[in-house]
Parts: sequence; C-alpha cells; structure tokens
Amino acid sequence: MSGLTVRGISKRFRGLQAVKDVSFDVPEHGLIGLIGPNGAGKTTTFNLIAGVYAPDEGEVTFGGQRLNGLRPDQVCAAGIARTFQIVRPFGELSVLDNVLVGCLHAEADVSAARRRAGEIVDRLGLGAKRDQVAASLTLPDRKRLEVARALGTKPKLLLLDEVMAGLRPTEVDQMVAFFREINRDLGVTILLIEHVMRAVMALAQYVVVLNHGEKIAEGTPERVVRDPAVLECYLGEEAV
Amino acid sequence: MLKLWLAEVPPRGKLYLALLLAALLAAPLFVDGYLLSVLILVFYFAYLGQAWNIMMGFAGQLSLGHALYFGIGAYTSAALYVHLGVSPWFGMIAGGAFAAAIGAFIGALGFRFKIGGVYFAILTIAFAEFTRILVDHLLFVGGSGGFFLPISGRSSNDLWTLRGAPVMFYYVWLAFTVGVLILCRALLSSRLGYFWLAIREDQEAAQALGIDTFRYKIFAVMLSAALTACGGVLYAFYNNNLFPSAIFSINRSIDMLLGAIIGGVGTLMGPIVGAFILTPLGETMTALVEPLKGLGAKLDGIKQVFYGLCVVLIVVFQRRGVWPWLWRRLGLDRGEGR
Repeated sequence: MSGLTVRGISKRFRGLQAVKDVSFDVPEHGLIGLIGPNGAGKTTTFNLIAGVYAPDEGEVTFGGQRLNGLRPDQVCAAGIARTFQIVRPFGELSVLDNVLVGCLHAEADVSAARRRAGEIVDRLGLGAKRDQVAASLTLPDRKRLEVARALGTKPKLLLLDEVMAGLRPTEVDQMVAFFREINRDLGVTILLIEHVMRAVMALAQYVVVLNHGEKIAEGTPERVVRDPAVLECYLGEEAV
Repeated sequence: MLKLWLAEVPPRGKLYLALLLAALLAAPLFVDGYLLSVLILVFYFAYLGQAWNIMMGFAGQLSLGHALYFGIGAYTSAALYVHLGVSPWFGMIAGGAFAAAIGAFIGALGFRFKIGGVYFAILTIAFAEFTRILVDHLLFVGGSGGFFLPISGRSSNDLWTLRGAPVMFYYVWLAFTVGVLILCRALLSSRLGYFWLAIREDQEAAQALGIDTFRYKIFAVMLSAALTACGGVLYAFYNNNLFPSAIFSINRSIDMLLGAIIGGVGTLMGPIVGAFILTPLGETMTALVEPLKGLGAKLDGIKQVFYGLCVVLIVVFQRRGVWPWLWRRLGLDRGEGR
C-alpha cells in the first residue's frame, strides 16, 4: 500500500499516555485532516510519524517502508516533510536562505536550489521579504516560511501542524487554495492538524478526530462535525 | 569561483581588502623585527580564530579546548621532524589528520550522548587538560621539561623544513591566514555551509529538513581541528620550543576564541578584525606596564585582565562583535556583515 499507514501507535511520557492505539490511513495524493481539542495528542502523533519519537507500540509505514526507529532526517529522506506548530525559523538567516536549506535537500547545486527557493518564496507571498532575516517576520509569515521550507525538500507527504493559526479569513482562503493546488498539481499528499475549521471543512476529504490520545471518530468533515462524540469533546457534555 | 565570491563583496570592500593585503605584503620592507613579530601574532590570532569559528560560528558547537588540536599539530610535526627528519609539511598532514580523528572522537562522544552547549564545551576542556598531563609524561617529546627544535642558521630560509628568519614565517602565516579566509568564504556559500548554519540556528528544524545533524557536526569539528593543528605546526617551527603547560593550557584555548568573539562570531572578517584589535592593544599594554614592573609591582596576567575587559565591553555594547559595526561604519552596509 502506498501512502501513509498508521497502525495502533502508542506513546507514553512517564505517567501521561499521550497517544493510545491510534490507527488511520493517508492514501496517496489524499488530503486528510487531524483534529481534536488541545492536548488531544495531535502533535505527538506528528512527532511519532516524523521520527522525533519512536512509538512504544504500533507501526508507521510510508509507501511500504517502515518508519519506526528512523531519525527525523531519514524520515525526510523517505519523502515526508513537516512544519512545526511552534515555528522554528532559522532566525539569523534570510527568508530565502531558510527555504534554500530545504531546497538543498532535494538539489545539491546551490545556485539551482536558490532559484527554486526563490520560486517557492514567491508562491507563498514572501517574495518582498526574501532578504529579511527570518527573526523579523510576523507570526503568520513565519508560518508561511515553515510551509515554504518544508516544500523545498520536495516532499511526497506534507505534515502541516496548525499553519493557519493567526491568519485572517482571506489569508486562510489563500492558503487553502494554495494547498489544494499543490495537492492537485504536484500530487503532494497532505496530512494537516488544524483548529481553523474553515480550513478543515474546505480542504480535508477525510477527517480523523483525536481526544485524550485516542481516536474517537473519523469520516468526511460533514459527518464528523455532527458526531455526538466529537461535539461532546469540543463543547462539553451539557451542550449535546 | 573566486570571481563569484568577490562579486558579493561591495566595490568599496574590495578596495579595502586589496589595500590591506598590499600593506601586509609590503610590511616587512618597512617594519622592524619587533613589529614583525607583533604582526605574526596578529596572524596567529586571526588564523586560529577563523579555525575555531568554523565550529562555533558556523556549526554552533562551542569548544573551549582547541589548545588540544593545536598541541596535537605542534607535537606531531615537531616529533616527526626531530626524530625522523620529516618535513613539517608532511607533519602538517599527519598532525591535521590526527587532530581531525581526535576531534571526530570527542564530537562523536558528545553528540551521540546528546551532551550539548556548555557541557560539550566542558568535555573539550577535559580532553585538552588530560592530554596536557599525558604529554607531561611523554619522554620522547621531552615531557614536562619541554621539547626543542634544533635551530640551524637563521640566515638561510628553507621553506621545505621551515627553518629560517622571521620574515619567512611572516609570509607563511600571512598565506595561511588568507588561505583560511578563502576556504571559509567557499564553505559559507556551499551546501555544507548552509547545513552548518541551519544546525547552528535550530538543530531540530535542520534535522526535519533532512540534514543528518550528527554527521555534519562531526565534519565541522574535524575540519576545525585539522586547521587548528596546522596552526600548531607553524607555531612549533616558528617558536622552536614546546612546553605542555603552555601549549595545552586553557589560556591558549581562550586566546584563540577571543579574536573571533570580539570581531564577530560567525562572520568571515570577525576573527581578522578581532586579531588586529586585540594583539596591538595587548602588546601596548605589556609595553606600558613594563616600567612599573621595575618598581616592584606584580602585574602578571595584566594582559588577560585587559582581554577580559575587552570581552565585557563587547558583550555590553556590540553583542555581535566589532565587525558588523565596522562594516556599517565603512559604508559597506547592505544588511548583515559577513
């Protein structure tokens, strides 16, 4: 099976069961949402896929390759790029050089990589700021930079961790259009964690819902938002 | 390639660089023996600061034990020359390789067990210190009594065995200082250089972008160690005497990084600018306190106190070092001083 498969993964930090027996599939070229309230284990799930932690139990495979135990750079080499929820720009480097570092993963030649970095920077609307140091960017721009840098590595699967938080509604719509475009035109598979429901509803073909580290629902966005278990975890028992 | 790098230097910068190089090339015609030795000391600081800067300024790994690599280069080449008559240039290859291997070992130890930042720096100090104690007891290189190279007629200059007058050493040090500057310029615009900068800025983000951080950090340590060892070779053949207590001392490790810190960590010109600031001021200081010593005042270590003061001033007023400030002052500004 190509695409990403997550089978029964668990992760415990000391006493805290952060992720428990979570399984889902991200089909090739798919656009899948991962939602849930704060502390539901979404980012931990990302970190388990991206190689930051190894799962205590379960298995993650991508395109038939087992990812368990691989380091983050090896996961990236397998074709998976991720963004960080708490952004991690290379602060002292220019916006262009930040993206260039990502491009150098896919392209050994520096000047060719720089050209590609320039194109990506332009597409994400950071063109005017390409020579600024990344530390001087606003938070929404830093989120865009995270996406640009990850795209530089030419990923087959893109893991997006709340890249639309803090964007204005029109900017959200632009980002949604952008992701749909790279998904459709470049065939990049996307798994996104997102709190901005406007984006999830517009983008995701299929949604997986986590709460307290466990999967509580999955399905199309329309169905999931009517699911009583989902409503309960977001709004509390009384509201249902 | 050289053309490409120079293209990034503003025209006025090129002019200053050319003037500085011309002045340094012509200097031995005009200065006396003392000033020549001070200039050699400037190159010593500039070269070693540059070598240290690769590890700290580029890859973000703090070493406070670079005297170790310096000493490995100095002792390896001197032992090969004295006992086997091997040319210092081959000694440099051997010493450089040896230092790179030791650097790789220390780096692997630190990075594998995730000893980072200050703790890694302490590890580097520890290795330098116990190598000092080891060499104190290595009798074939003189032990704690010192190791001396035979001085044969300073009138004839033999570049092959590095036996000759200070002027010869002046040009050799100058060539190395220019060489390492060109090398660092090349590194900074290479794939390797960008990976180092990424690791320096944010290791986790770098790794997420596919960079094998362990491997590239080891590269940085190895290259920095090998270049530092080459400096040790030049030092050994210029000074002709080696004492473990002086060669491997923590003071030397600190001296090496002062120029880079004062000039600007991570910048290309920083170590050079820092060396030109520190050395002459340090020498002036020594000259000024000399008469006081005659009056019975105990002023040992006054230079170190002065260097310390310089660092404090830099930290307070110009955290990024003198070079970024100077860069703007010279009208070369277009953003960051490289």
